[in-house]
Amino acid sequence: MKTHLKPTDADQALEAVRWAISEETPLELVGNGSKRALGRPFQATHTLDLSGLTGVTLYEPEELVLSARAGTPLAELEALLAENRQQFAFEPTDFGPLLGGEAGRQTIGGVVSCNLAGPRRVKAGAVRDHFLGCQAVSGRGEAFKAGGRVVKNVTGYDLPKLVAGAYGTLTVLTEVTLKVLPAPEVTRTVLVRGLDDTDAIRVMALALQSPYEVAGAAHVPASLAGGLGVEELGTGGSDAAATAIRLEGFGRSIEYRAGKLRDLLGGFGTVDFLDREPSLAFWAALRDVKPFVAQPERLVWRLSVPPADGARVVADIKRRLPGSDAYFDWGGGLIWLAVDPGAEAAGQHAVRGAVGLGGGSGGGHATLIRAPDTVRASSDVFHPQPAPLAALSARVKETLDPKRIFNPGRMYAGV
Amino acid sequence: MKMPTPDASVLARRAEIVNALRAIVPGEGVIVERDEMRVYETDALTAYRQLPMVVVLPTTTEQVSQVLKYCNELGIKVVPRGAGTSLSGGALPLADGIILGLGKFNKILDIDYANRTVTAQPGVTNLGITTAVAHEGFYYAPDPSSQIACTIGGNIAENSGGVHCLKYGLTTNNVLGIEMVLMNGDIVRLGGKHLDAEGYDLLGIMTGSEGLLGVVTEVTVRILRKPETLRAVLIGFPSSETGGNCVAAIIAAGIIPGGMEMMDKPAIHAAEEFVHAGYPLDVEALLIVELDGPEAEVNHLIGEVEKIARDCGAVSVRVSESEDERMVFWAGRKAAFPAVGRISPDYLCMDGTIPRKQLPLVLNRMTEMSEKHGLRVANVFHAGDGNLHPLILYDANKPGELQAAEDFGADILKLCVEVGGVLTGEHGVGVEKRDLMTHQFTEIDLNQQQRLKCAFDPEGLLNPGKVFPQLHRCAELGRMHIHRGQIPFPDLPRF
Ligand SMILES: Cc1cc2nc3c(=O)[nH]c(=O)nc-3n(C[C@H](O)[C@H](O)[C@H](O)COP(=O)(O)OP(=O)(O)OC[C@H]3O[C@@H](n4cnc5c(N)ncnc54)[C@H](O)[C@@H]3O)c2cc1C
Ligand SMILES: Cc1cc2nc3c(=O)[nH]c(=O)nc-3n(C[C@H](O)[C@H](O)[C@H](O)COP(=O)(O)OP(=O)(O)OC[C@H]3O[C@@H](n4cnc5c(N)ncnc54)[C@H](O)[C@@H]3O)c2cc1C
Repeated sequence: MKTHLKPTDADQALEAVRWAISEETPLELVGNGSKRALGRPFQATHTLDLSGLTGVTLYEPEELVLSARAGTPLAELEALLAENRQQFAFEPTDFGPLLGGEAGRQTIGGVVSCNLAGPRRVKAGAVRDHFLGCQAVSGRGEAFKAGGRVVKNVTGYDLPKLVAGAYGTLTVLTEVTLKVLPAPEVTRTVLVRGLDDTDAIRVMALALQSPYEVAGAAHVPASLAGGLGVEELGTGGSDAAATAIRLEGFGRSIEYRAGKLRDLLGGFGTVDFLDREPSLAFWAALRDVKPFVAQPERLVWRLSVPPADGARVVADIKRRLPGSDAYFDWGGGLIWLAVDPGAEAAGQHAVRGAVGLGGGSGGGHATLIRAPDTVRASSDVFHPQPAPLAALSARVKETLDPKRIFNPGRMYAGV
Repeated sequence: MKMPTPDASVLARRAEIVNALRAIVPGEGVIVERDEMRVYETDALTAYRQLPMVVVLPTTTEQVSQVLKYCNELGIKVVPRGAGTSLSGGALPLADGIILGLGKFNKILDIDYANRTVTAQPGVTNLGITTAVAHEGFYYAPDPSSQIACTIGGNIAENSGGVHCLKYGLTTNNVLGIEMVLMNGDIVRLGGKHLDAEGYDLLGIMTGSEGLLGVVTEVTVRILRKPETLRAVLIGFPSSETGGNCVAAIIAAGIIPGGMEMMDKPAIHAAEEFVHAGYPLDVEALLIVELDGPEAEVNHLIGEVEKIARDCGAVSVRVSESEDERMVFWAGRKAAFPAVGRISPDYLCMDGTIPRKQLPLVLNRMTEMSEKHGLRVANVFHAGDGNLHPLILYDANKPGELQAAEDFGADILKLCVEVGGVLTGEHGVGVEKRDLMTHQFTEIDLNQQQRLKCAFDPEGLLNPGKVFPQLHRCAELGRMHIHRGQIPFPDLPRF
């Protein structure tokens, strides 16, 4: 019988894991349902639902630190932070709608486990960069802690880094401690209109190379700009392509930096500005992949590449997969790609071929974010790894979860 | 300091081992003479010394791979070494081990402004990276005080930080990729010029692993554009409490300075006597707050910080009006260690992090401990992130003083943990804080960390005796103790 276990505290979570180990039966770890359709489909007889572990256990705004039980809804934490004019600077993505569910459901444990950061990644870092410590249960049936609650800590191995982005395949997180930062007083976006991908990458690089503290650099081609649902961007026409540079901070500083950027980028095309409300809407839509939410039949890929390669990679993919669409975040380094459903094996050969496996210090990867179960079962959802790295990763899994109890196979077969 | 017992059978085969290593690294790359090995017998934690069995200085990744593979097969211990500036004894040799020096890996391989990265061999110095890109207006943010000497490979191994960490992060937040060699000789690439390499974050684990997991042979870091403007404020306080409150108030106002450093009275006096920076001598605590960024922003925030400082009860506030003046403010802070060195024959530099609000309590307790141990202490610290560097003054020629200083240091670090902090904020555990690890971690926590080492180095040959108080065999760590569940957890809600 399929059992749904819902512990309400860390001791119960530990007990549940011990039971699963003694039964040698895998568990699907779940938070609140937002990203269940991400990763390789796998068989787990039982569900370990962590959404019952809720509550903030420590919040010291002047220390820039917050601890919460892993099942606490992100929305609740963001509301609490907002009261103190603070935020999670990594700008967590919300894949709920993209993956066919509701918005605003994710838990902080799930956010950390997937390490999916938003547009501010280029300035503020990823989730892992803000993840200071945790309480967890290993697949050996042991409760342990790792990291700490202070920003500067080099005591022993940085285990929290390992857990961030492990998609629940290494440990059950019961409590997490994160660094928080002041929320910006003002947000404004500088828009250059009508650029093609290649020029857009150049513009973004110029902005990111400037001393004006850019907190987001994205390019949405004309075909997708309307799909963001931001009125100020208009709905079509060849000028509709939007290259966006986000500025955040104190009012006077924004005025000054926006002016400097207009001077710097003016030669490339018309420069517009988005003020606070449309700006917030634009970056939220971009972060949550809104242009592809309304096209549920298309497969969605997320690529991370050296930013200057962005346009080349997309041109290469479009040549091999006509009809695909893409937009860029992280100055060109993050590519959101939609592929028509007919493509063989989700187009993985075209996509991964363009990213260029194992190319010296450059590198990159492509992840299949949205596709039907059957497709995800028959393709590599996560980027295939060279043999020595795959072997090392498997040995790392072994140290935390030797019986392969947690989400077995969600990332890689056998891991 | 107890180190792993040397393996007599390995020592007995020294001549054969030297020959084999010479076959891999020809020419002058293998050093065997005692006198020539002297330079390698200690790192910057000079209280501990040990001659290695052999020193090997490879020049290519392929050689590193072959050396490690060979050592792995024969059960020979290996201690990697960069510039040897570690303050926790991380590069301390082992009598039956080789020192694998990365000093010849000293080339910058690629500068890529479009992607804002530099790729370098591990022996390039931290400052060398900034120097290579400074003419284009770029820099590498993490700036340990040892940056002229320490290597980028050593920085990865220690997850080094500096004054800029509060705003720009530690090494771990600025490294994008590495190439490394495992003890079995496997060459593995992690990350690259892109962000957030998918899969388990082994790059995150390697950073700060103190040379216990793999040997770093190439590093890709991100570089940043130099800020338009830098300005600093020098603020004097009548007590450490008021100083601490001011740090909290600045952060509560939403300001994250580029640097925020504090000194206590003994450190202020020592620094002032040494460099004549014009520090006020009648204050108990001195805070330097540096703002960096676009000009308009810096000028605005300097005013805010000035206001906050006065509201917090500062007795003196000086804002730098020129680049020279800013440099003078920093001169004293940057010279604080040598300055303290002038007022005492020896000192021990400690390194712990605490939640910032515990600062007054910790400083008061330190004063009490100072009386108990009969030794003076001067304090400089990275106030913005609660990273303390108490300098314990002693005289190695006076019997018992080194021991007293070490006991005092241990008491301070235990106190850091007690108030919610950690044993080390940037210098690493090494051999220095190894035996204190049990104060921060349970046996289960530590075993979990040691198991991770087993995934990288199952025979435990890479830098053993560092970081972990007890050496365990991987087989022993692998056992599981699980009792068959009877009736599974009746209290647990299920449906
Ligand atoms: C009775 C019931 C039936 C359901 N049936 C369905 C169904 O048929 N179809 C469907 O789509 N959804 C269903 N759901 C919702 C779904 O099972 C979970 O809520 C959802 O899988 C959790 O999503 P998530 O883990 O992606 O969430 P997130 O919280 O976003 O978690 C993302 C990732 O993090 C991991 N993770 C989350 N929390 C932790 C933690 N504390 N420690 C370690 N790893 C963690 C997860 O394993 C996952 O890899 C059902 C829920 C319930 C309660
Ligand atoms: C005066 C002074 C000031 C300092 N200030 C700071 C400071 O502000 N902030 C700070 O964080 N630290 C500081 N340090 C400490 C030290 O400089 C850093 O820890 C530095 O990163 C060590 O680099 P290194 O090249 O000297 O490494 P080493 O001392 O040679 O080695 C340190 C450790 O790294 C390992 N290692 C070295 N190279 C490699 C490699 N390529 N692959 C794998 N492992 C390797 C070694 O085995 C050892 O465990 C200071 C030291 C001094 C002497």
